Amino acid sequence: MIKFALIKLLLMDDKIFQEKIDKDRKIEPKDWMPEKYRSHLIRQISQHAHSEIIGMQPEGQWISRAPSLRSKMILLAKVQDEAGHGLYLYSACETLGISRDQLISQLHSGAAKYSSIFNYPTLSWADMGAIGWLVDGAAIVNQVSLQRTSYGPYSRGMIKICKEESFHQRQGYEIMAELAKGTKEQKDMAQDALNRFWWPSIMMFGPHDADSPRSGNAMKWKIKRQTNDELRQSFIDKTVGQAEVIGLKIPDPDLKWNEKRGHYDFGEIDWEEFWNVVNGNGPCNKERLDHHINAHQEGEWVREAARAYANKQIKN
Amino acid sequence: MKETTNVWEVFIQSKNGLAHKHAGNVHADDKEMALQNARDLYTRRNEGSCIWVVKSTDIVSSESEDSESFFDPANDKLYRHPTFYNLPEGAKHI
Repeated sequence: MIKFALIKLLLMDDKIFQEKIDKDRKIEPKDWMPEKYRSHLIRQISQHAHSEIIGMQPEGQWISRAPSLRSKMILLAKVQDEAGHGLYLYSACETLGISRDQLISQLHSGAAKYSSIFNYPTLSWADMGAIGWLVDGAAIVNQVSLQRTSYGPYSRGMIKICKEESFHQRQGYEIMAELAKGTKEQKDMAQDALNRFWWPSIMMFGPHDADSPRSGNAMKWKIKRQTNDELRQSFIDKTVGQAEVIGLKIPDPDLKWNEKRGHYDFGEIDWEEFWNVVNGNGPCNKERLDHHINAHQEGEWVREAARAYANKQIKN
Repeated sequence: MKETTNVWEVFIQSKNGLAHKHAGNVHADDKEMALQNARDLYTRRNEGSCIWVVKSTDIVSSESEDSESFFDPANDKLYRHPTFYNLPEGAKHI
């Protein structure tokens, strides 16, 4: 009898929760939420946070090799922003009842993922351009959509991040534009970066909707507001014209304006490559993770010292 | 057992004369570090003229589930709003 009443109560909670979502009300940390909503958010937000943090590595490698003081200062500020974005997202994730230590250890054990795009190497200065223009560009499309996500702390984090992000894309596009109007070597370098980063960038939106098993609940709960394919299409439609303006060619022979759809058609994505990199076999997976683990372990004495100092102050 | 770092809520006054507004939180072991971390994280673009940090555990919040009954005492006091009152025609500056 008691069990029956409990089940009924839970069903009620579920109904009230969905009604709130349907009315576009935000869910806040102390509100009741289905366990699957909570775990979906923890997975998605932590993956997002880890991506910002791991994403500092491919760009960080070029800070000391930036071609001018101006570009060095800008890149430094951009990488610092990525750290900030990671922290906003960790904060949002922690409101769901998981600690920062748990989040970091899930990253280190491989239980939590980060965006596969950061498992590709940055071989030339033009890659800083391609990352800012394409990778940040793709991230912006996704994050603008997530500003309307149903979880309050995540939504507020996205709003803050979007405000800061557009400088990132412009700095990348500026690098590409400069190189594209430079010497033949410079233009080739820009084209080569575009060739290598184009397909991984459009893979950032994840599998096609039909092959994306978790999308159903995420859309119903308004965690996601647009599907992977909708977001990908929107990114491609925006980017084609930008490539034309600077005279670079997107490496897809099937890319063509479709008058009827009002969108660009594009070629088939190599999903084997996508899953290969997701599952740990990309060119830099091991390097990126090892670097984070080492930095974290080497920083342990600093955290210990800060704690000891704080405890001493309390005693005095 | 490893101790966990304190979480501090951050409030920023964007301009002299305005109220402080909640911006987010930071992890830090002591108050000085909390202030510095808050500065680095939340005011990278001159967003503030003053920062408060408060330990998260020291904040008391009402429960959003009880918000209806909690705020109920204000519901039937429409006379607290200026629009409640009937004014004679032609009255000005009131």
